[in-house]
Amino acid sequence: MKDFSEIKEQVKARIGEVKDGAQLSEFWQSYLGKTGVISGLMKEMKSVPPEEKPLFGKAVNDVRVWAQELYQTKQAEIKQRELERRYERETVDVTMPAMKRAPGNLHPITLIKQEMIEVFAGMGFDIYEGPEIEDDDHNFTRLNVAKDHPSRDMQDTFWLTEDLLLRTHTSPGQIRTMDAKKPPIKVLVPGKVFRSDSDATHSPMFSQMEGLVVDKGITLCDLQGMLDRFVRQIFGGDTKTRLRPSYFPFTEPSVEVDVSCFECGGKGCPLCKGTGWIEVLGGGVVNKKVLENCGIDPEEYSGLAFGIGIERITMLKYGIPNMGLFFENNLDLLQQFKG
Amino acid sequence: MKILFSWLKDYVDIDVKAQELEDKLFGAGFEVEETIYLGRDIEKVVVGEVTSIEKYEGTHLYVCHVNCGEFGADNVILTGADNVFKGAKVPAAVVGAELPGGIKIAPRKMADMMSYGMLCSGEELGVDENWIKGADVHGILILPEDAKVGEDIKTTLELDDYVFDISITANRPDCQSVLGIAREVAAFLGKPLKEPDYGYDCTDKTAPETTITVEAPDVCPRYLGHYVYDVKHFESPQWMKRRLSVCGFSAIDAIVDVTNYVLLEIGQPMHAFDMDTLEGRSIIVRRAKDGEKLTTLDEKERTLTPDNLLICDKAKAVGLAGVMGGLNSEIKPTTSEVLFECAKFRRDSVRKTARALGMHTDAAARYEKGVDEYGVERGMARALNLVQTLGIATVGATHIDVNAGEDANRTVFDVTVSKINSVLGIEVPQADIVRILKSLQFGVAENGKIITVTVPRWRTDVEHYQDIAEEVIREYGYSHVVPTFLDSAKVTNGGLSFLQSKELAAKKFLCTEGYYEVQTLAMYSRRELDMIMLPENDKRRAVIELLNPITDNLSIMRTVMAPCMINVIADNVKTDHAAGRFFELANVYIPKSLPLTEQPEEQKTLCMGAYGADENFFTVKETIENFAAVNGLKFRYERGECSFMHPGICADILCGGVKIGQLGKLRYEIVEGLNVAEGKKNDLNIILAELNYSAIEDLYKREIRFVPDNGKAAVKRDLSLVCDKKTLCVEIEDEIAAASALAREVRLFDHFESEKLGFGKKSLTFAITFAGSGDVTDEIADKEMENIVSALRDKLGAVRRV
Repeated sequence: MKDFSEIKEQVKARIGEVKDGAQLSEFWQSYLGKTGVISGLMKEMKSVPPEEKPLFGKAVNDVRVWAQELYQTKQAEIKQRELERRYERETVDVTMPAMKRAPGNLHPITLIKQEMIEVFAGMGFDIYEGPEIEDDDHNFTRLNVAKDHPSRDMQDTFWLTEDLLLRTHTSPGQIRTMDAKKPPIKVLVPGKVFRSDSDATHSPMFSQMEGLVVDKGITLCDLQGMLDRFVRQIFGGDTKTRLRPSYFPFTEPSVEVDVSCFECGGKGCPLCKGTGWIEVLGGGVVNKKVLENCGIDPEEYSGLAFGIGIERITMLKYGIPNMGLFFENNLDLLQQFKG
Repeated sequence: MKILFSWLKDYVDIDVKAQELEDKLFGAGFEVEETIYLGRDIEKVVVGEVTSIEKYEGTHLYVCHVNCGEFGADNVILTGADNVFKGAKVPAAVVGAELPGGIKIAPRKMADMMSYGMLCSGEELGVDENWIKGADVHGILILPEDAKVGEDIKTTLELDDYVFDISITANRPDCQSVLGIAREVAAFLGKPLKEPDYGYDCTDKTAPETTITVEAPDVCPRYLGHYVYDVKHFESPQWMKRRLSVCGFSAIDAIVDVTNYVLLEIGQPMHAFDMDTLEGRSIIVRRAKDGEKLTTLDEKERTLTPDNLLICDKAKAVGLAGVMGGLNSEIKPTTSEVLFECAKFRRDSVRKTARALGMHTDAAARYEKGVDEYGVERGMARALNLVQTLGIATVGATHIDVNAGEDANRTVFDVTVSKINSVLGIEVPQADIVRILKSLQFGVAENGKIITVTVPRWRTDVEHYQDIAEEVIREYGYSHVVPTFLDSAKVTNGGLSFLQSKELAAKKFLCTEGYYEVQTLAMYSRRELDMIMLPENDKRRAVIELLNPITDNLSIMRTVMAPCMINVIADNVKTDHAAGRFFELANVYIPKSLPLTEQPEEQKTLCMGAYGADENFFTVKETIENFAAVNGLKFRYERGECSFMHPGICADILCGGVKIGQLGKLRYEIVEGLNVAEGKKNDLNIILAELNYSAIEDLYKREIRFVPDNGKAAVKRDLSLVCDKKTLCVEIEDEIAAASALAREVRLFDHFESEKLGFGKKSLTFAITFAGSGDVTDEIADKEMENIVSALRDKLGAVRRV
């Protein structure tokens, strides 16, 4: 019985020499193809005695299967090697920058404005943006600031006509909201305001955020409670508030609201000028005259209002020392507000 | 406002220290902006008695033996001053002493002799002639003979005292005086208030011809005049001079000093007229005539308008009401008869005059905030009392009170305890409410839970229950407020509206495209409009002007944002930023008519600016196209014209058939004119876009509906064309759309210019997708292509390139 060992040795030697796909195809052609050596063995079948034919056939088939396995293993090997080469070839420096252009970011005032809006939106406040060019009636008179009232001095006004002006505060938003809507009211009025002031701490244009709540049974305690939540979300969970008397014509009682210094925790530092407290906003219980001016019955409803200087909060939060920097719009400053 | 601690003690027994008083004032609503200790920086300076003095031969010095009591009975102190004498009481700075200016006293050798201290001049102790007589003498301050040897000089000179600089809120004009603050102090310390002495006696002597006529009662509701005579001229007593000086007044002459003293003490401005200078010995209060002139006490001639209220005699103006007296009626050393004025002028009248003339006097400051009727009466009484008790003049009988019928009745109203507490949100007991109101000198009558309050005449700010609530909590303490969180309020939704959310999303989108948000001022000047070469007839030259700009640079409201953006870019170029992308979303102000009669349109405008080597028209256009795409909008671009943009690189942007903005490259003439170093201008490549964001808001899609695929076959074809270089892409797109209703999408994907195409020609290649309500077959597509090709050839001369 022929054992084909010679052929097998030959096949072994050849497959060992195969380095790539082309050589592998050649190998196939030479041994396993129709004209290949192994296929050729079947032709010898004719000369095999009949009783040996089954055995011979099996033996040839065994060689074929054995050679095919060798072929497949080699094929897998080559494919693997080619993949590895491809990976090698395609390898890049992943530390190289991806883009030519980095993203920009929002202006710091916008960032803080949005942060504040989110806090109050979560408390159920709507957002209203009124006109920047207002009339005397909305900016002063109906807010209980009479024509000869000295508090008009507190707000150096840019006038456009005898009646029209650049709003000096976002408080006219209170009037416009109450004109349009009856209680319950919870509204936030962010926006630009204008005063004829310009120095290191003042800009002729800056941003404020007015808040107004009108409903049944609103009290000074609600003002503090609400602002407590606000300052904790903005300045951190340990922040405390302190109310102290102040004066605004449209609220009574009026208060200044100080927060415990988040830099030193109230011990006293340069930021809080050693007092442990930082003034952040003003507010109070809505003056009944203002409610009456908007057709809301002060016997039934009461309200609270507050006004926050957005630049001031932004300066405190980011440690920006000078109001003027906000309007210089230099990339040195602008590009720092990511995160 | 400056308040001297020791002066307050005239009216209240203050048993707390300065710091505690400051804290309590703060708690009551009176912020102390600064506390100044008068004896600051003075240590170990004591009263010394010179027991012997002799010339130190060969020098200019004197050797003094000084008895300083417990600080040494025989201190050898050398001095160069030659006004010292044996037995003199002098301020002696002993060894270890400190003086203002950081001077420390140690033993030191002077001309080979040791000196153990220093004798001080008034100046060295920071005091002047107003503070103590002799302070301005050249040499050592000679103290009164009764000065106690060894006593701390701060005690002797009353420097152990404080000045509080208090800020007074606009609702409390009654607190613009020592007495006003004393009332508050008495209330929060729970002490009685000791009023100043208002008593005086009049003689029978009258000024019979004297009349007071108020021709402008609307701005002068009350005018009191009182006649005094036999005026003596001497210096005011030292205590008065000190108080005036601490508050910033120089002592002049006792009778004048009294008016200033009353201003500080009671808060009521006064004036003293020399009656000899008053024509007709009478007063007329009237508005100034236009152009009328008056020389005021500061020797400046003022030109007036009818806005200014004048005090006149029968022939001429003698004072600017509430602001400053006239030079012509000034008190002189020869003045013997005086008419005191104590009046109420309207606060806005005084404010207008003071502002217009730039005369921010102490009197004007008080009038601007408001004086009350009570103060007018009390001020006059106090002045007459001082004149009499200090022997400055004799008080005559003529007292003229012109009252325009101001309501002198005190405000009376009822409040309930529950109403007060409903404002505060806490339960302040009735007894505390009553106690607090009484301590503030409110009249209080209780009838069960109803309290009838009578408001003090000086508290013109108190009108209703909320004012009472504030008084109560101010005294009761804000620390009693218990935070609650809108317990009784209805739950509301809140949050950003659709457009507010879109706006925030738009800004954030631009940030992801590499743009930084900026904020520029809403005002600028006509120079900005000139800078961008706006033609004279451009409607953006119809601007709103500020009546009272702080600077000409900020004198109009902007109608176009580009100049602001150009300035932002120029500023960044100057600071060596080689490239940048910026946007601003803010208002421009478009008047509906000029002069302005109603609120203008505030048009939200999106301005974008980009510069740097990598920027060009299309880099910015890409962002705008993406912006449209993320919002589901379709923008159309046409060749545009704009005064500040490159004539060949400027597009109009349209949406929904409406022009919503422009995009283009900044003109080189404008770049040339920028305030930027020449070297940096060369390749400065600035692309600007300005879009009417308000118009875009109207176009935002409010809802999105899913459209299922209709399952019909579509066919894609490419079309290469050779056309004139000047033919616009949009023109071809329009023609394709017109020629084929099935051309659903037309997209340029290749373009080039080549000499091979012919002179002035270019090649454009479009990908066209044909789709419709039915299947589009190759035959249909071929037919459509034929239509398109012939239309392009006929209308635009564009030829298909095969």
